[in-house]
Amino acid sequence: MKYIDEYRDAESSRGYAEAIHKLTTRPWQIMEVCGGQTHAIVKFGIDQLLPDLISLVHGPGCPVCVTALETIDRALEIAALPDVIFCSFGDMLRVPGSKDNLLSVKSKGHDVRIVYSPLDAVTMAESNPNKEVVFLAVGFETTAPANAMAVYQAHQRGVKNFSVLVSHVLVPPALEAIMNDRECSVQGFLAAGHVCTVMGYRAYVPIASRYRVPIVVTGFEPVDILQGVYMCVRQLEEGRYEVENQYTRSVRETGNSAAQEIVEKVFRVDDRSWRGIGEIPGSGFTLRTAYESLNAELRYPSQRSAVVEPAECISGSVLRGVAKPHECPAFGKNCTPEHPLGATMVSSEGACAAYYRYRGSELVDDPAPAV
Amino acid sequence: MNTCPVPLSEHKTIQMAHGGGGRLMRQLIDQIFVAGFDNEILDEQSDSAVLDLTSDRLAFTTDSYVVQPLFFPGADIGKLAVCGTANDLAMAGARPVYLSAGFILEEGLSVALLSDVVRSMRQQADTAGIRIVTGDTKVVDRGKGDGIFINTSGIGVMSSQTKPGPSAIREGDAILLSGDLGRHGIAVMTQRDGLTFESPVESDCDHLWPVVHALQEHGVTLHCLRDLTRGGLASALVEVAESARLRLHVSARAIPVRDDVRGACELLGLDPYYVANEGRMIVIVPQAEVEQALICMREQTISAQATCIGRIDGDGDGRVTIESEIGVKRILDMLSGEQLPRIC
Repeated sequence: MKYIDEYRDAESSRGYAEAIHKLTTRPWQIMEVCGGQTHAIVKFGIDQLLPDLISLVHGPGCPVCVTALETIDRALEIAALPDVIFCSFGDMLRVPGSKDNLLSVKSKGHDVRIVYSPLDAVTMAESNPNKEVVFLAVGFETTAPANAMAVYQAHQRGVKNFSVLVSHVLVPPALEAIMNDRECSVQGFLAAGHVCTVMGYRAYVPIASRYRVPIVVTGFEPVDILQGVYMCVRQLEEGRYEVENQYTRSVRETGNSAAQEIVEKVFRVDDRSWRGIGEIPGSGFTLRTAYESLNAELRYPSQRSAVVEPAECISGSVLRGVAKPHECPAFGKNCTPEHPLGATMVSSEGACAAYYRYRGSELVDDPAPAV
Repeated sequence: MNTCPVPLSEHKTIQMAHGGGGRLMRQLIDQIFVAGFDNEILDEQSDSAVLDLTSDRLAFTTDSYVVQPLFFPGADIGKLAVCGTANDLAMAGARPVYLSAGFILEEGLSVALLSDVVRSMRQQADTAGIRIVTGDTKVVDRGKGDGIFINTSGIGVMSSQTKPGPSAIREGDAILLSGDLGRHGIAVMTQRDGLTFESPVESDCDHLWPVVHALQEHGVTLHCLRDLTRGGLASALVEVAESARLRLHVSARAIPVRDDVRGACELLGLDPYYVANEGRMIVIVPQAEVEQALICMREQTISAQATCIGRIDGDGDGRVTIESEIGVKRILDMLSGEQLPRIC
């Protein structure tokens, strides 16, 4: 399959791995930002081809993992209201709130549906005029254009029974938060190729220079990731800290201007709370005033009080690249995909889920009994 | 091929009375089921079917079918209900001969659609030399079913004294796969979720008995057979490894997945190794018989792409390992639940 097979080629992968071995003289810690990259690394065993001197740590780029607990609880609350059809991307359904998840709300008889496109949720609202359709608009810059388009279309078409619960997050402020973290020892980043396909990579230039950290915009297949690591190590070894683009088949410096326009029209930048990390200034999108009538947070005031994460879960440290999943005492024991303590064990892009799925029985000595 | 026309009931949709035990139910049974399945055992309409069997060693299995949508590219719930149960018998090395069919119908279901499902079941049964000899019908209130639920139980005749299964697997055996993966799951999923592809992926739903029969006829030693339904190849391999307490090793590069299926999986964030199939199986045979087994399987249309994907290693830890496309070995495990499409 074109654009897949050539980037999963064993010979090219080995070629890049050998080149990285030759290049590396000192220990380096590199963070891949996106959860999709984390899964590819663990699934294909990319890290096992690298020299011991190079350590890959996993970043916060999993939208499901970083959606604030308060937002999940709010989603659960709204989904349980009468006459509401609650729509979400599939991944979000299993994410634990403080008590429940959307799948368990569905099993109690409430109408919770998976959609592939937020525009489908708008159409659903039009064909169910007696219901209120609420869409959980989460994700990074990647999903923002489609979500913005749904809001714009609903507004233009006067769809009154449609609203969105927005919890959008942005990558560049998160990278700054990681670099400002005293526990952080990340020396280079593989930036998320899909996010840069939409937004371009100009926003990363000041970060690279301010923190003296190389940033390589990288794709998601094994050869992409190995090439990204190679480019990052080369900069580190040469003492450079620039923004480079490995994912040239998809990413242009200025990104996708049509996508950026619709995002700019509908959303404005705001502070955002990240699950496991806390509030990061200017790290999220929220609806502009012109579209506030479609804001589910205003339409359905919350009845709930503040919530706290289970103390045992170290997903915050995992998302900041400070700990690896199997370093958590609960990993594979009190915390499994069947009974997750944190969102990183649930999502198909979560680092804990990747470690459990592809390496679980090797990493856990005394796993939880099967249920 | 069934050419017998199935006359429609005077009602165009199923009524509660169609399950009420009265005249309307009788009419439904006579016009749709007895006429549709048409064989002398069913024609007797006794409380039980009385069967003459050629062997005293039988295989017996049951399965229920609740697929949505009821019709999808390449198959429908009726074809699935016959092939699925027949394949479970075939996996025991048994020739499927008789099926029962229990229907739970939702009030308001189109009678014409029910006839189409029955016609499809008859056609699949005829293809495989199976007779549907007993059945049952219940009707549930509208909203309490999903159109049609079907349960089929099957009886198969064992032709040999040995039954293939995990306990017969030996170190060094080869793992053969009968064809490409994931078509059934993708065919259903893409219809269900309203995704459209330029050329829709068709379900691989089909009978596996002809392949098993051919292998038996050619004297291949069948250590284990497993069809790759829910949970796909990965779950089947893990189940076999755990039961046999042996390590199974496969190579990702040897496992065929068609480009359209791979494309759909990439788009939806699914792993084809976990996607359901309804006409695929793994066959575990002694290493010395691989060539003969593959020749024999490739002669059958349904397994024309049969290939060797791995082997049984000595380690007795009951795990499955896979060598990734880039040559690194990792664990292949079961999923904890249904695969859900990812966000981006």
